[in-house]
Amino acid sequence: MSTAETNKPATTGIGAHLGSHLRENGMMLALIAIVLFFFIMVRATQGVDFLSAQNITNLFLQNSYVIIMALGMLLVIVAGHIDLSVGSVAAFTGAVASMLLVRMDLPVLMVIPMVLVVGGLIGAAQGYWIAYWRIPSFIVTLAGMLVFRGLTLWLLGGQNIGPFERSFQSLSTGFIPDLFGADKPNFTALALVALAAAAIVWSGIRARTREAEFGIAPEPAGFFWARNAVVVVALLFVGWKLASFRGLPNVLLIMSVLIVLYAFFTESTTTGRRIYALGGNEKAAKLSGIKTERLVFFTFVNMGVLASLAGMIVTARLNSATPKAGVGFELDVIAAVFIGGASMSGGVGRIIGVVVGALIMGVMNNGMSIMGIGIDYQQVIKGLVLLAAVIFDVYNKTKQG
Amino acid sequence: MTAILEMQDITKTFPGVKALSNVNLSVAEGEIHAICGENGAGKSTLMKVLSGVYPHGSYDGEILYDGKPARFRDIRDSEQAGIVIIHQELALVPLLSVAENLFLGNEVASGGVINWPLAYQKTEALLKKVGLTEAPTTKVEKLGVGKQQLVEIAKALAKNVRLLILDEPTAALQENDSQKLLDLMLELKSQGVTQIIISHKLNEIRRVADRVTVIRDGSAVSTLTRAEISEDRIIRDMVGRDMAHRYPDRTPKIGEVLMEVRNWSVMHPEQPRQVIRNVSITVRKGEIVGIAGLMGSGRTEFAMSLFGRSYGRDIRGEVTLAGARPDLSTVSKAIDAGLAYVTEDRKALGLILDEPILRNISLANLEGIASGAVLSRGREQQVAEKYRKAMNIRTPSVFQRVVNLSGGNQQKVVLSKWLFTDPKVLILDEPTRGIDVGAKFEIYNIMNELAGQGHGVVMISSEMPELLGMCDRIYVMNEGRIAGELTQAEASQERIMALILQDGMKGEAA
Repeated sequence: MSTAETNKPATTGIGAHLGSHLRENGMMLALIAIVLFFFIMVRATQGVDFLSAQNITNLFLQNSYVIIMALGMLLVIVAGHIDLSVGSVAAFTGAVASMLLVRMDLPVLMVIPMVLVVGGLIGAAQGYWIAYWRIPSFIVTLAGMLVFRGLTLWLLGGQNIGPFERSFQSLSTGFIPDLFGADKPNFTALALVALAAAAIVWSGIRARTREAEFGIAPEPAGFFWARNAVVVVALLFVGWKLASFRGLPNVLLIMSVLIVLYAFFTESTTTGRRIYALGGNEKAAKLSGIKTERLVFFTFVNMGVLASLAGMIVTARLNSATPKAGVGFELDVIAAVFIGGASMSGGVGRIIGVVVGALIMGVMNNGMSIMGIGIDYQQVIKGLVLLAAVIFDVYNKTKQG
Repeated sequence: MTAILEMQDITKTFPGVKALSNVNLSVAEGEIHAICGENGAGKSTLMKVLSGVYPHGSYDGEILYDGKPARFRDIRDSEQAGIVIIHQELALVPLLSVAENLFLGNEVASGGVINWPLAYQKTEALLKKVGLTEAPTTKVEKLGVGKQQLVEIAKALAKNVRLLILDEPTAALQENDSQKLLDLMLELKSQGVTQIIISHKLNEIRRVADRVTVIRDGSAVSTLTRAEISEDRIIRDMVGRDMAHRYPDRTPKIGEVLMEVRNWSVMHPEQPRQVIRNVSITVRKGEIVGIAGLMGSGRTEFAMSLFGRSYGRDIRGEVTLAGARPDLSTVSKAIDAGLAYVTEDRKALGLILDEPILRNISLANLEGIASGAVLSRGREQQVAEKYRKAMNIRTPSVFQRVVNLSGGNQQKVVLSKWLFTDPKVLILDEPTRGIDVGAKFEIYNIMNELAGQGHGVVMISSEMPELLGMCDRIYVMNEGRIAGELTQAEASQERIMALILQDGMKGEAA
């Protein structure tokens, strides 16, 4: 009869607080461990530096589009949906961009916003059926995946279209020029990275003092500083490496701005909060005055815009639009979101987790390729990592009760 | 008369609530035994213990079946022994045929291959027994609720039932379907099937039951023989306690009319029938207004259609709220107009269970913790702390996920959410359902406080004693109409039931 008391989970607020951070810190540690693993293995087996300036630059160039699309995918998944069409949409919008640039000879500054609008319209076309007709997103976007792959083939007539003028290419392969003139190291890059590191620490301290004001038990001070130290050292290291090579890639800047924007949007705005509420319990959200249909629609429009941005970046990087571009992207993107801690049933997931998740996938792709591991094993390993990350989540959740 | 079933000293505890304490129930072979009690008294829990939904070991006490100890591990176990329970929510698969449903999990097959001709033959025989002439291949969704109920009974017969348990079998049925069902029960009795019926409807009990056991607050308070069965006696045993101490005292300070609804009519969202017919109610400042009625009388549908048209279509009628004619066409407009609706199902419709308390409280009024579109987490926490104190939400922290709270504390979180929207009129739909007695009292106190502050409170409840104890005025609803209105002085369970019955007869005549 004493089961009455024992059945109640004794999770305190602090416990829950630490619990949720355990997951993020665990991911961060896993990323660092994976980087170190490849650093050692690549040196041992190939005799090259995994963390060379060139390879770090490559890492960002190769993975920027995954991270950018994962930001939108997080919103879609948090809202309780899925978007399988992003790879095809990226390919299609890339093809549209190439037609406008090469065939119609329009200026780059006109083409970029036009293609973003096309992406938004595609998202709207899919989101309309999902939000207002309640057709399952899996089906609508599966259809979209086929439709836009087909339209890509049709538009390109089975050929590659390129090359592009330098200004469009620089969307992906360009670097921020050094304002200080000196060639190496690139001081602009260093300054920007140092600024970013300082901003992270400053906002961390600010949040901490504010939490203290409101009487929230903060994470232990030692822990806070250790975590920040790791982040700052990692940032400065990457910054230094990039600076000593060609500077900050443009795409890294675009990506960083988007990450900050989306992190702010999801955590600190009313609309962001409502998307989480919608994914957590749609009916309760609706009965609390939240316009759930409109929000679902918005997440798909947003996804379309980000997919078109990623499509242009990929096209610029390859310097041609190809019918095969973006094949399988959707799976990388969705995997990154789930590795990053989002829940299939919606309502859960953070931007920072998704970025780390995408980086884990990216580092593994890159490291395994350098080590000469066959594409066959790579797929198996990536699949197992995805499974392990989600099992870890589910295990954590059942443990918490 | 030998007992087919003896339940001895059954005690069942859930976290924080003792649902059953030392219940004894004896059912004689071949009788129809009725079980009565208020909602939440423990009737369904007792039946779940009996049928193995709560397996042996999860409760204390002993079940003797045919004089031998029975220890059911699950429903299959009890069904093998011939005990079949038919729940209020029917457990049929709508898109499968009658025959497929009858033998679901129990298929007429050899080596995994179904013998359809034999299955259909058996189905026809079983359907005949319950008075149905439908073809065995008819899809269940094509049948009405009454016939579906009969299919459930046929399904039980297919399992060679010896003890049939019916949980409020007529709650969703029309009058003549109910009569057919009761006739069938008597017919089965003559064939030797022992039956237990859980019902609120005293006229039905009088008609079919040989004995009645009344359960109150998890204890069996009395078992009455046929000669002793009377409404007065059953109600007295059901209510039992001293009414004066179940509800907090309040001196109502009733002001001018706050909300007036005129001729509210609503169509069913899918079917071409009217669910709410010309309902008119008024709510005054500082007043607690009750809406009584049986399940399915349209109370929830009325409230939800009023609250931002969350139910139904083709909604017609006029609403005046605080002297204005507000636009109530969406939930957010209804909230802005000063309306709040606490849903009857707080887990499915009221809360985001996996999110912490503070996020649930701010949900319906995020503007209240934001500057422009940017949330202030500090303000959010202050608001949550304020309501935690005011409502006495028992939790170590407002960061606790609501899934970990007890029912009473969850309900306080829902109330906090709606109070934070600063409503003029609060509609509370079954606000104390599934909450233990202590927390109920706290919720009543909160309601009284709200009325005292000049809010209008509308309380929908299936528990008549609760309405009688709390409300200044009670509207009685039946079949989507207002069947009558009673002041606190006039109201009694008998008067309410009488209004429902009279209205039912009017409905039949018309």
